[in-house]
Amino acid sequence: MGAYRSDVGGERYVFADLKELLAKASPRRSGDELAGLAAETDAERVAARYALADLPLKTFLSEALVPYEEDEVTRLIVDGHDAEAFAPVAHLTVGGFRDWLLSHEADAAALATLSPGLTPEMVAAVSKLMRNQDLIAVAKKRQVVTAFRTTLGLPGRLGSRLQPNHPTDDLRGIAVSVLDGLLYGVGDAVIGINPATDNVPNAIALMEMLDALRQSYDIPAQTCVLTHVTNAIEIMNRRAPVDLVFQSVAGSEAANRGFGVDLAVLKEAHEAALALKRGTVGQNVMYFETGQGAALSADAHHGVDQQTMEARAYAVARAYDPMIVNTVVGFIGPEYLYDGKQIIRAGLEDHFCGKLLGLPMGCDVCYTNHAEADQDDMDGLMTLLTVAGVTFLIAVPGADDVMLNYQSLSFHDMLYLRSTLGVKAAPEFEAWLERMGMVGPGGRINELTLSDPRMSRLLDQTRRVA
Amino acid sequence: MTDDAESPAAGPRVADLWTPLRAATSARVGLGRSGDTLPLGAVLEFQHAHAKARDAVHTPLDAEALVEGLKPLAVIEVASQAADRSCYLRRPDLGRRLDPASKPALEAAGDGFDIAFVIADGLSATAVQMHGAAMAHAAAERLAGFAIAPVVVARQGRVALGDEIGEALGAKLCVMLIGERPGLSVAESLGVYLTYEPRKGRRDSERNCISNIHGKGGLTYALAADKLAWLAREALRRQVTGVKLKDDMALAAPDAASLIEDVG
Repeated sequence: MGAYRSDVGGERYVFADLKELLAKASPRRSGDELAGLAAETDAERVAARYALADLPLKTFLSEALVPYEEDEVTRLIVDGHDAEAFAPVAHLTVGGFRDWLLSHEADAAALATLSPGLTPEMVAAVSKLMRNQDLIAVAKKRQVVTAFRTTLGLPGRLGSRLQPNHPTDDLRGIAVSVLDGLLYGVGDAVIGINPATDNVPNAIALMEMLDALRQSYDIPAQTCVLTHVTNAIEIMNRRAPVDLVFQSVAGSEAANRGFGVDLAVLKEAHEAALALKRGTVGQNVMYFETGQGAALSADAHHGVDQQTMEARAYAVARAYDPMIVNTVVGFIGPEYLYDGKQIIRAGLEDHFCGKLLGLPMGCDVCYTNHAEADQDDMDGLMTLLTVAGVTFLIAVPGADDVMLNYQSLSFHDMLYLRSTLGVKAAPEFEAWLERMGMVGPGGRINELTLSDPRMSRLLDQTRRVA
Repeated sequence: MTDDAESPAAGPRVADLWTPLRAATSARVGLGRSGDTLPLGAVLEFQHAHAKARDAVHTPLDAEALVEGLKPLAVIEVASQAADRSCYLRRPDLGRRLDPASKPALEAAGDGFDIAFVIADGLSATAVQMHGAAMAHAAAERLAGFAIAPVVVARQGRVALGDEIGEALGAKLCVMLIGERPGLSVAESLGVYLTYEPRKGRRDSERNCISNIHGKGGLTYALAADKLAWLAREALRRQVTGVKLKDDMALAAPDAASLIEDVG
């Protein structure tokens, strides 16, 4: 403990403790300003970065930002730390760690070996010293491969979640949106519905419909209804078809309590889903969503900046070997991320931190109507994330989620990313697209014509299921 | 707006396919393609919907017109501590606090009120402009036997601002009419929040909410006002709002905690 000092340009800056140092070194964002944690001036922000650069990386092993005694997430982080894996970087400062991450020595193998030795606070700290370019370059090197019915995270691949939400959970309406997405070759990461009404019978109805669709189209994909984890446990007890178990998680015990979960219930759900053995090419069965601002909005941030709290949520996620994780980066609102610039920065930070900690990190590239952002900003973020090797992105019909009332990516955007950046869907899913006659010259997704028998079959099945 | 059939990239074939399917969802399905991307018609339609939503967020409340529409009801105008829209969006906490300069007018309005109506811009001044006065009249009509305070028109207000206003008026029940966060399909939706014994620090679970009052398939004024009047009477009779009031309620009105995050 103790104050941190920085002398920059003849001025002395003092930061009372590690929390303040991290918060003030963070790129400007409305959530830290709302919490009263942000740097007062741009110069103070840079001064904090100078001081942070000199901080020994191992400081984070002896100084907890959220007290060990009070918080099970801190206990998970501290007790699970792998000192042997940490050894190669144990002597470095945070600034030295930034340089090492960017060095050629830090290749895919070195980064993979390092992951268990890193804590969320370390990766959050180093991200504050990195430009967007650095976040992309390092994340690109870190490959995280997971599998269930498809294999995600392989080089040259970009997964997608097909999100067919409907304002009243109408089964036929949802099936129509699923069909729409499949025609763009979207859905290899998951076909996942946010239910408008979150209860067990409704979730079962949605799961059974999705499972019937999947089987009738013979799609190698996993489905998910994003219901509360306690509902998922009940649903598995009732033997309904659960592929992936979903839960929103955050970076402190108190914030997770706000979501109605703790580590024990996540463990219970993880074990129950594993026991179903529904995966064909792998057994990663969990799906987590996170987002900067979640802890602050629950008043459970312990005076820690929102990006560091977000990275701590990844420590929760990684304890359960998830199939997919995504940040809902622009969803939480402008009081946390004000505009396109802040959303883009946060999306790249979240992807970098998640990947470095070993997560199959995806992103809901999105914004609400009261944020200063539009599809141009989303074009930027989705392109940057794909260059950075993001595991998957979320897409909805026409970029307009008519249930959650916010804007994400369109199915079309996945086609743009594939053709412009040369990425492909998961190999199992790509093979299915080929069987369906949807892959044309150069790997492009063809439009099926009405006269195509495969198209009429798809339509028939949509009508039959819903 | 052009539809798919008129855009060069998507012939009638695509429209034929999607016409029956579109009836099942308001989602933007079957938009067709220009190469790998959206046809221009769909792009412009989306931009127009987004522009309307943004305009609803950023257009300032025309308080004069609203006051005119509220006649013959008496009106007091107040403001939150959020000085402008940018501040309002960044600092939800300030939108929940009353500007000290607004307090004397409220305190001078008298006391002994059963119900205080507050109309706040929230995230859609457009919604308030379109539906605020009509809803206030419809509700006041149905609650004619009660002591109703002058209607308070609040700028840059969030739901909890009603707590401080209701407290300053000494009202037993605060009924807040507020613009909801605009979506692409509806940018002018009004919400109603009822809080018994309004005072600073009320939790969202202590409020009842009626959502989605608008003219595009939402609740009508008459239906919303019936619900509002029912909730107000029950709240005053049972001296409570929130989860406890919802539990016994025949009408479907969700508790506010699940809805309030956007405008709260």
